[in-house]
Amino acid sequence: MNRKSAPKSVKHVSSPQIAWNLRLYVAGQTPRCLRAFANLKAICEEHLAGVYRIEVVDLLENPKLSSGDQILAVPTLVRRLPTPVRKIIGDLSDTERVLVGLDLRPGP
Amino acid sequence: MTASRNGRPAELEKCTTGIRGLDEITYGGLPKGRPTLVCGPAGCGKTLLAMEFLVRGAAQYNEPGVFMAFEETDEELTRNVASLGFDLRRLEARKKLVLDYVRIDRSEIEETGEYNLEGLFIRLAHAIDSIGARRVALDTLETLFSGLPNPAIVRAELRRLLRWLKDKGVTAIVTAERGDGKLTRHGLEEYVADCVIVLDHRVAHQISTRRLRVVKYRGSAHGSNEYPFMISVNGFSVLPITSVGLDYRVSGERVSSGIPRLDSMLGGRGYYKGSSVLISGTAGTGKTSLAGTFAAATCRRGERCHYYAFEESPSQIIRNLSSIGIDFEPLIKRRLLEFHASRPTGKGLESHLLAIHNQVEQSKPDAVVLDPVTNFSAVGSLDEVRAMLARLIDFLKARQITLLCTSLTGGGGEEQQSEIAISSLMDTWLLVRNLEASGERNRGLYVLKSRGMSHSNQVREFVLSDKGIDLIDVYVGTGAVLTGSARVAQEARERAEALVAQQAIEARQIEIERERAVAESQISALKAKVKAGEEDLKRLRKGLAARTRVLATDQAAQSRRRMADT
Repeated sequence: MNRKSAPKSVKHVSSPQIAWNLRLYVAGQTPRCLRAFANLKAICEEHLAGVYRIEVVDLLENPKLSSGDQILAVPTLVRRLPTPVRKIIGDLSDTERVLVGLDLRPGP
Repeated sequence: MTASRNGRPAELEKCTTGIRGLDEITYGGLPKGRPTLVCGPAGCGKTLLAMEFLVRGAAQYNEPGVFMAFEETDEELTRNVASLGFDLRRLEARKKLVLDYVRIDRSEIEETGEYNLEGLFIRLAHAIDSIGARRVALDTLETLFSGLPNPAIVRAELRRLLRWLKDKGVTAIVTAERGDGKLTRHGLEEYVADCVIVLDHRVAHQISTRRLRVVKYRGSAHGSNEYPFMISVNGFSVLPITSVGLDYRVSGERVSSGIPRLDSMLGGRGYYKGSSVLISGTAGTGKTSLAGTFAAATCRRGERCHYYAFEESPSQIIRNLSSIGIDFEPLIKRRLLEFHASRPTGKGLESHLLAIHNQVEQSKPDAVVLDPVTNFSAVGSLDEVRAMLARLIDFLKARQITLLCTSLTGGGGEEQQSEIAISSLMDTWLLVRNLEASGERNRGLYVLKSRGMSHSNQVREFVLSDKGIDLIDVYVGTGAVLTGSARVAQEARERAEALVAQQAIEARQIEIERERAVAESQISALKAKVKAGEEDLKRLRKGLAARTRVLATDQAAQSRRRMADT
């Protein structure tokens, strides 16, 4: 994943309805963060194909952004759209929990 | 810790908090560059302590600070401390303070794998670096435990955070809630091992008192007792015992009691400046009058006096004292006399002590009157009252402020008994007593003790008139002490007797004169006789001498005629 100062979008889709806006907060290129990104991509491709948008925010580059979304844990995935805002912490290895957290699947 | 120049390891560096009393107890402040744990039950003042630490650091010691709040928002914090005179907005604007509210909502969070709390670190680092903070407050880390699902991760990260704070070199205060049986609910004291302060909020006799204790301070001596503290308009005030070593200076100066006769009973000049005086007596014996006279005398000298009234209202005292010729109104107007009145049951002993401390520090009087001191037994046991008085006396003596206390005793034989606990703290003890005799009650004043000076051991009759207090000698004689009208009668009798005796003396004097005259004339007659005798003797001697001469001449003539050969 590239490290730029601005949040970067990963996939453009021709369809205008990008209903899902996901922001992944990381701190540098640690294995955990890389794993989180990989897991996220996989889940999005499988369940949200075509309607998602991922932004990656590196807190080491933009420390101020941590206060906006009240980020403590790293990595944290924030579902900004659709509302309500949901936060998912961890490297997203537990796919079931991720889907529950994103409200893509009813809870256990 | 770094080695100092003379080769010995340097002592732990301390960070002055600026909080009244706390720096004294910790002998210099909190450990610099280390975290301090402040724990206590809800509402005991932890947030305030942490906030005051930062505010004073920013305002007085030029050390900017970061307050990371997990429970209250910035607006709530700003509002809550505004009443204590801390203007957080202004400090923020001047880049001396950063308030960061961290909101953790458990319901929002889903745990899906491994994570750490690097976000918190980044946020804190950003805040610290943005203003170059040297002080940090985290209030309260317990929220992390309740907000995040995995306590093991939280614990590990906390340990890392505290080490990180140490590496950053900031002095931090970490607050936590009191746990059952442990210092904190989640065992934070295991990680913050350098300094632990426990706050407490107790209710006894329906009075709440706040107390602070330094449980642990690694690398330094510290006062280890519980100290009462107060949260007032100036913020935190901790009350340490100021001179545990009893090593205050004393003065040889004397101050007048306001009654010249009493001054002369006290070694001729009155009380020692900076000493403690107790006036005890039963009801209605005039203790307040004596206290008021002393206060008025102090003010008339141009010195300041604080009058603490615990039984009567100031206006009542002023009115009552004006009846004996003491006018407090002009003294109050000239700010020489300050009245503070409250019932002791209004607050705890320590709050009273702290209030007196603050008021004395503010206007620096030369004398303090407590009238009466016995009312405090309603708020504490005799031991506690004594302890409080001991602290107050130490505090006042260190500042050379004279203290005068009045004490109400129950009367009967236990007058001196009930004072035993308090009287040993006092340097001078005056007892005012009712002397009942022949259907009258008069007041007598005794000096029971007065350290460091010779004092009269005589009782004096104590008379109140509209010109003030007067002390008169009682009649002591023929085995009885008489006061009042009995004394007057006795004095009249004595004067009459004295007159008679005087007259007798005069008569005798005349008689003796006469006898002397007679004797003298006799003596002169005898003297004349003796003189005559002496003259006679002289004449006879002269005659003998003449005859002897004639005889010798005759013999010589005769022998010439006889042409003797002799």
